[in-house]
Amino acid sequence: MLQALADGLLTGAIYALGAIGLTLTMGILRFANFAHAEMMTWGAYMALGVLTVFGLPTAPLGPLTFGWPLLLATVVACALTVALALLIDWLVFRRMRDRVGHLTLVFASFGIALLIRNVVHLIFGGRATYYTTELQIAVRVLPDLRIMPDQVFTLSLAVVLVIAVHQFLQRTPLGLSMRAVSENPSLAVINGVSLARVVRWTWIVGGALAAVAGVLYGVTVQLRPELGFHLLLPLFAAVILGGVGNVVGAVVGGVLIGLIESFSVLVIPPGYKLAIPFLVLLVVLYLKPTGLFGGTSGGR
Amino acid sequence: MTALLSVAALTAGYRPDLPIINGISLTISAGELVTIIGPNGAGKSTLIKAIAGLLPITDGTVTLGHQSLVGLSPHLMSGFGMAYVPQSDNIFATLTVDENLRLGALPLPRSQARAQISAAYDRFPDLVRFRKAKAGNLSGGQRQMLAVARALLTGPQLIMLDEPSAGLAPKMVEEVFGHLVTLVRGGVAVLMVEQNAKAAMRISDRTYVLAEGRNRLDGPSDRLLEDPEVARIYLGQAGGKH
Repeated sequence: MLQALADGLLTGAIYALGAIGLTLTMGILRFANFAHAEMMTWGAYMALGVLTVFGLPTAPLGPLTFGWPLLLATVVACALTVALALLIDWLVFRRMRDRVGHLTLVFASFGIALLIRNVVHLIFGGRATYYTTELQIAVRVLPDLRIMPDQVFTLSLAVVLVIAVHQFLQRTPLGLSMRAVSENPSLAVINGVSLARVVRWTWIVGGALAAVAGVLYGVTVQLRPELGFHLLLPLFAAVILGGVGNVVGAVVGGVLIGLIESFSVLVIPPGYKLAIPFLVLLVVLYLKPTGLFGGTSGGR
Repeated sequence: MTALLSVAALTAGYRPDLPIINGISLTISAGELVTIIGPNGAGKSTLIKAIAGLLPITDGTVTLGHQSLVGLSPHLMSGFGMAYVPQSDNIFATLTVDENLRLGALPLPRSQARAQISAAYDRFPDLVRFRKAKAGNLSGGQRQMLAVARALLTGPQLIMLDEPSAGLAPKMVEEVFGHLVTLVRGGVAVLMVEQNAKAAMRISDRTYVLAEGRNRLDGPSDRLLEDPEVARIYLGQAGGKH
């Protein structure tokens, strides 16, 4: 039980990081961006690319399987993922905004998702890979609980980032503008908020978090070009469970989906675990379509 | 008196190929309260949305002072001294009252923003006890006060309001209109669209009557209040909402 709780929290923390970016895009840009999960794949592989291209040493940091090079590579990966997000917005979404319907944007994002996944496949190949070949032994914390140091790091970083994003949205003028646009874009604009600036920062925050989530997934599980595709459903389930546009909701939704997935294997065969977010999604849409915390935009 | 806002031969609508207002002209000077009335579908709200930059203008000019506003992004309007309070959804319900005001003051330097927010609470003391409450929990009248308070933060020369009395109890309408009169006395120009025609005309200096997207009548409000032509164009069709 305790092990399922710890595993669920870890998976949930990664889902939460991805879901924050997705809920911001859905709340502010008002469409379901199916390419968001692929930005996690892109971020994860960009970090691998930086490590490979610069041949950085992989000396581990303390009990972790990775060292400073991966942390530096993650920072570069964040920048490259943000660049990709801004490029996609400039090339595709910006030209379509206000001109086409919501569904056209969703289908465009499907196309972009396929493109990103296949570019990653083309560059890095389809085989599963790892950032490091270091082995890690799980530490027995309690009689029924074994945790790996990498998992502790992942969980801690996710918590720090979630708090940082929350503070950014609550305390900074830009965060206030983003929340205002999420609720009512035209009212925000007549109050002097630049929509273009808010959209840009939404991609910056969402892209950077997606990259970190992708790297953390790569650290604790493995790297595959289908990484994002497999995370797509849990991310959407987390966002809808928490309420579209609601960042706190996305975090709670992500953690809950992680926990539900983790505990489900106690009663159903592990092979069916991937179906759990889909079930949660159906139940939420049927019982409370605005999510646990209520949406701030289209979901209202 | 020199006009602060001049609108000349304005044609606009939600789609450039389907204009709702056709060749409308109006002026308003500093310290003047002007009301726009007309039957439903006259294009009153479309007119002030177009002036505020929220709708595409296909023809005509909009000048505030010496600045042409045509083609300007609506987020820049507050910088030119114009504020606009929409009829509905004119507050951020998920933000607190304080956050609503902070948002309105974002274009200002930080110290000036603080002073202006404090002045807003002085002007609308009813809002003080709700400052940490979600604005969505306010009553209709309080919401309208908050919307006006927020619009005033940047010290606009002109404030445009779309039906500020909509959905309010008569006592609250009186209070909101009282605030508008105070603003006008302070030198601000107030341009409002109203369905509550007679009440609005009683407090305003001049009135424009629109019908079917065109100017029909304009002049001093006290004269138009007695003009049977207004009643024929508007009041008669408004079904006693006067």
